[in-house]
Amino acid sequence: MFAPTIHLPRRKTRTLEGSPWVRWTLITVALGFLAVFLVVPLVAVFTFAFQKGWEAYLAAITEPEARSAIVLTLTAAAIAVPLNLVFGLAAAWLLARFRFRGRALLLTLIDLPFSVSPVIAGLIFVLLFGRQGWLGPFLSEHDLHVIFAVPGIVLATVFITLPFVVREVLPVMQTQGSDEEEAALTLGASGWRTFLRVTLPKVKWGVLYGVILCNARAMGEFGAVSVVSGHVRGVTTTLPLHAEILYNEYDFAGAFAVASLLTLLALVTLVLKKYVEWRSEAS
Amino acid sequence: MGSLTRRHVLPGFKLSLGFTWAYVGLLVLIPLSSLFLKTFSLTWLQFWETVTAPRALAAYRLSFGASLSAALANVVFGLLVAWVLVRYRFPGRSLVESLVDLPFALPTAVAGLTLTTLFSAKGWYGQYLEAWGFKVAYTSVGVAVALTFIGLPFVVRTVQPVLEDIDVDVEEAAATLGATPWQTFARVLFPAIFPALLSGFTLAFARALGEYGSVVFISGNMPLRTEIVPLLIVTKLEQYDYAGATAIAVVMLMASFLLLLVVNVLQRWSHRRLEARAGA
Amino acid sequence: MSIIVEQLTRRFSPGGSPAVSDVSFHAPAGAITSLLGPSGAGKSTLLRLICGLEIPDVGRVLIDGVDCTSLPVQQRNVGVVFQSYALFRHMTVRENIAFGLNVRKLPRAEVEARVDEMLRLVQLEALGERHPGQLSGGQRQRVAFARALAIRPRVLLLDEPFGALDTRVREELREWLHQLHTRTGLTTLLVTHDQQEALEISQHVVVMSDGRVAQAGSPEDIYDRPASPFVASFIGGASVLRGRVLEGRASLGSLALTVPAAAREGEAVHAFVRPHDIKLARSVSTEGVTPFTGRVQRFKPVGGFVKVLLRMPSGDEVTVQVPRSEFDALGVVEGDAVRADVLTASVFVGDYAI
Repeated sequence: MFAPTIHLPRRKTRTLEGSPWVRWTLITVALGFLAVFLVVPLVAVFTFAFQKGWEAYLAAITEPEARSAIVLTLTAAAIAVPLNLVFGLAAAWLLARFRFRGRALLLTLIDLPFSVSPVIAGLIFVLLFGRQGWLGPFLSEHDLHVIFAVPGIVLATVFITLPFVVREVLPVMQTQGSDEEEAALTLGASGWRTFLRVTLPKVKWGVLYGVILCNARAMGEFGAVSVVSGHVRGVTTTLPLHAEILYNEYDFAGAFAVASLLTLLALVTLVLKKYVEWRSEAS
Repeated sequence: MGSLTRRHVLPGFKLSLGFTWAYVGLLVLIPLSSLFLKTFSLTWLQFWETVTAPRALAAYRLSFGASLSAALANVVFGLLVAWVLVRYRFPGRSLVESLVDLPFALPTAVAGLTLTTLFSAKGWYGQYLEAWGFKVAYTSVGVAVALTFIGLPFVVRTVQPVLEDIDVDVEEAAATLGATPWQTFARVLFPAIFPALLSGFTLAFARALGEYGSVVFISGNMPLRTEIVPLLIVTKLEQYDYAGATAIAVVMLMASFLLLLVVNVLQRWSHRRLEARAGA
Repeated sequence: MSIIVEQLTRRFSPGGSPAVSDVSFHAPAGAITSLLGPSGAGKSTLLRLICGLEIPDVGRVLIDGVDCTSLPVQQRNVGVVFQSYALFRHMTVRENIAFGLNVRKLPRAEVEARVDEMLRLVQLEALGERHPGQLSGGQRQRVAFARALAIRPRVLLLDEPFGALDTRVREELREWLHQLHTRTGLTTLLVTHDQQEALEISQHVVVMSDGRVAQAGSPEDIYDRPASPFVASFIGGASVLRGRVLEGRASLGSLALTVPAAAREGEAVHAFVRPHDIKLARSVSTEGVTPFTGRVQRFKPVGGFVKVLLRMPSGDEVTVQVPRSEFDALGVVEGDAVRADVLTASVFVGDYAI
């Protein structure tokens, strides 16, 4: 879960800055800790990925199984993100603008995917759609495959990333109030027009922020997808699962080549996130 | 839906209500209730035996112990990082500021792979640590290390905004009253950021309890020794022991709800105490 | 086009006290009508009920004689200026003004022409391409007016339109609104808590308190003949003198005033006296006014006036406002006894608690 990250401008003078000696000790310890835990691992991913050279790297990420993993990862995200975007907008509008019975329950349910273990997220879909699951007999009768197949992976991804957009858009909608929407209504605008022309532009940075986070999680999810995937190589392996398989087969360079793609995704996510924060502060 | 707010002037109430409930119902409510329904397929005795088997108990111990250590480490280092980011200017500060979120953005499997390789016997860190007799990879320490990585941003991101919002006057007032910097920190700042620290701790702890991807690689997955609860669930699933997996999952869910409850109570209590003091 | 409101009631929580309770009034066509009252009196809710942003539990709203209670807000064709301006932040001034016209699918050329006309009307011709964030408070308010007027509304509803502005800008905009109204002749309803504003620019005033209409009438009526103790104390900052009915007159210490005919002997009486309706003097005289003496507790020069706090023999405290020159001529200091001639007062019989 991402905590709010829009910061106020900082003040200049502080009495508690301490002596230079204290200051530099604290900075050194903090940066040392971050270097050991964040920077070195980041460097390590790319070092390990290229340890057998460019060609091995390119081969590892372009072989058919890697390509199908990329396609599956993109497919899952391409379904999960738009679904949760639409859901997030509808739910944020509902929760920000109306008071109704069951609102608190709805909020709790929306947060649940954040608080349950990814493994449990996978498990619940196995219980529903698995061979021994509630819908198992029906599915096998009609020769439909959900678990150990692509639909299961998509479902688990949608579940895991469900709260991202709502959680980012809801506070933005709440702080902005509904004055502008009401003004649009008095000027004769319909509900849809008000939403598209007034509400959406107001919350666009929040929406974008949510989408970026939702996408990062959708592409990177491991636990939930691992439970429902069945690890059928080249069929139900997403990029993180493909990296795992290679690693378990002691193909370290290959595993890290795939991991480096996911790391790039993370870095792009951080840059975009920063950009959105900067833009939303500027506007 | 109450009798008095039956008609809404703002558009889209019925549409968004229907859509939201349908979506949440289909994707969250029904799947999750299947979890509880499944446990009813076990008798009470079977359930009890499953969730108190030695392997399960060992897994709880490891998961809770490692998550607790990781969350505590995050409190210490998270507070330090937040402090340094808010109070000090140094080259590369904005880069560090962005990098703090890396564990959120980096897929957990990548974190797991990388940390395992770094801490293994021949790894960049492992070779030195083992020379001094520390084994990290494939031990419970390794589990705690991975969980520390995963939970790092929680404390930083909850404490940072609170720290930024504290008025400089408060510190100056304490200084004019003769407090040393350390006294000012301990008596004025720390109580103000304590609730944020507590919620950062809980978030990190809760996340660590459920974490899977980053841990499976580094833990070595030895039953009774380095097997975490989520892994036990997966193992049972792979053996098609759905009921067993579900029983453990229910225990875990209960534990995390209990945890959230305790922290809510704690938070309300500390909030009240702060307010009572502010009012006095 | 007149606005008629009949027995409107709106309750926000079951069992709670209504925000608007059984309110009826008539805002005459072509006039500015003020809804005046302290905050929480239900003025804004009433305005929202009239424009359709709230739906009444009971009652009707008629605009130009036509019942539009069940008409959706989009179709009421009323211009609303919100207290917070509610400008669309992501649109330029032009786009803001054009919004309602585009919604009505007017031809492009006509939209442009009408936006230009509106910009001229609110004297913002040069700022059409700016965003609301780049404007001053007064300019934003005028954009809000232009946007509301662009749709050629049947009536104009203003919710504390000058509430967030500083005193000087308020006064300028008040004057501007007056001219604007003279030019457009639009039926206007103005919500305000500022009695000065209400009395100055409106032809009709509806005083509200606790969700109800306390009094409706011309500004002069409201000021000179308050219908209730509430109106008397809310308008004009009157002081209260307490007494009893004795021999058919209100006996307030050494003072006696005429009382309403229904008053019974011995009943409690409250007289509301405005600060400038008391004349101070040192010597005794009896020229048709009702004199009595008080002691000067405190005085404070405020601009051209001096505010004097008098303590009456009954224990009541009265604020008196005296022109500076007059006060200086009087030459009194704190603790002195002075004679206070009450020129006029509103007298109410019965218990009244502030």
